[in-house]
Amino acid sequence: MLREKLYKFIFGILAFSSLLFLVGIMVILFTEGLPIFHATGVGTFIFGKSWYPTYDPPDFGILPLMLASFWVTLGALLVGVPLGVGSALFINELAGSKIKTILKPLIEILAAIPSIVFGFFGMVLVAPFLQNLLGIPTGLCAFTGSLILGIMAIPTICSIAEDALSFVPKSFREASLALGANRWQTLVKVVIPAAGSGISTAIILGMSRAVGETMTVLMVTGGAAVIPHSFFEPVRPMTATIAAEMGEAVMGGAHYHALFAIGLILFVITFVFNVVAEMVSRRFRIKLGLSG
Amino acid sequence: MENSIEIKAEEINFYYGTKQALKNIHLVIYEKQVTALIGPSGCGKSTFIRLLNRMNDLIPHTRVEGKIYFEGQNIFEENVDVVSLRRRVGMVFQKPNPFPKTIFENVSYGLEVNGIKDKKFIEEKVIESLNQAALWKEVKDRLHDSALGLSGGQQQRLCIARCLAVEPHVILFDEPCASLDPISTRSIEELILELKKYYTIVIVTHNMQQAARISDFTAFLYLGELIEFGLTEKLFTVPKQKMTEEYLTGKFG
Repeated sequence: MLREKLYKFIFGILAFSSLLFLVGIMVILFTEGLPIFHATGVGTFIFGKSWYPTYDPPDFGILPLMLASFWVTLGALLVGVPLGVGSALFINELAGSKIKTILKPLIEILAAIPSIVFGFFGMVLVAPFLQNLLGIPTGLCAFTGSLILGIMAIPTICSIAEDALSFVPKSFREASLALGANRWQTLVKVVIPAAGSGISTAIILGMSRAVGETMTVLMVTGGAAVIPHSFFEPVRPMTATIAAEMGEAVMGGAHYHALFAIGLILFVITFVFNVVAEMVSRRFRIKLGLSG
Repeated sequence: MENSIEIKAEEINFYYGTKQALKNIHLVIYEKQVTALIGPSGCGKSTFIRLLNRMNDLIPHTRVEGKIYFEGQNIFEENVDVVSLRRRVGMVFQKPNPFPKTIFENVSYGLEVNGIKDKKFIEEKVIESLNQAALWKEVKDRLHDSALGLSGGQQQRLCIARCLAVEPHVILFDEPCASLDPISTRSIEELILELKKYYTIVIVTHNMQQAARISDFTAFLYLGELIEFGLTEKLFTVPKQKMTEEYLTGKFG
């Protein structure tokens, strides 16, 4: 009896410890990030067009950084969504069971490659290749970042989208085919709509992955903290900014607080993505009558 | 026999992998009659009915031998358009399976995938089909609500309406009342009796009383073989085979 209570207590502590970490991180983010808003004002911080943290006086406008993150993420989606959802559709609808059992784990292995390897690959191979191919001043730009991040998002998008497709009950397909619909019509009009919110969840989580990715963007996007005008210019996304500058920021100084504030904003963005993804996937399960 | 033949199956053998599920079946389905397939679980009755619209094509590692003639053609021939076959041979499944769409969209679906664009025609056809399936009065005020909000019996009638909308010649019912309560079952049975005026009907059922109540012909299958086929009233009162009699009197099954 006592032993059982003890076990319950120990495992309870283990389970709640992650909650503790979450709360701890949030508290630090807020206490270290909020002072900069006080110093520069929320408007100038978020919508300020220049980021010169080491000038005197410094400029802490993160609009170029946010736009960079936005562009790179958008580009990553343009690459990752067609490839990820496309592979999911292929695996689920067209591939035989043999190809399916090989292909899906293989695509998921893509997620196991460390992001530094992706960054390295982008820096050494993709960037010079694009630089020559497109005749641009540098291959280290938003486009390269988008491309690599898009590839990195494929396993997330493909795996979750394929799960969603395979959750669509077989009876829907049978009903559609029995009514004289062909395979393509069944896919487009019944299977994809039924899996729609599951596929959206996959896309949102893939997006969340792209926004938060740091190492790769630090290595391949070029690092210029200016407002981007085209995909082929160097940019500096929010994550890369923190990674590149935290080492040189004076602890407790304005720059230090500004970097924390960027982290805070990133946290809010990915938090919103995850909540939305959870809500959408819950609606999906209800819609298919799987569970509440 | 005064009735004309709609479907004729000859020497049908069917295999799941190496396991033979149907053995040398010869069977005729008469036009605008209800033919019931009965027999204990695993006797092959569902397998057989799913051959008639080639639904078994969807199951991997299966193989069929023999011929099934429908409208003068062997449906297993290579040049047969399966999509058009399924339009002419509709199917209602064991478990009601409406799409997660509105009631209206469920019925209009078959029309849309068959290339009908005329909105007015679709609307009229949806109403007509729901009427034919004895569902119109219950759903006319909520055509644009989700079909998943209907009761099991209503969902099954919706699936029947959906099937009627594409104007099939034959309707296959694969244990349509298996998941329904007695009152819903009765309404489906009444509906089948009404529909047989216009359609040829094949129904798989494990409920012998249901076969006796609604069918004109009955085929009794056992372990993949057709044991006996005949007029329902004859088969149920004076079965020719001893095995049929034993099954009907509950000695096994």
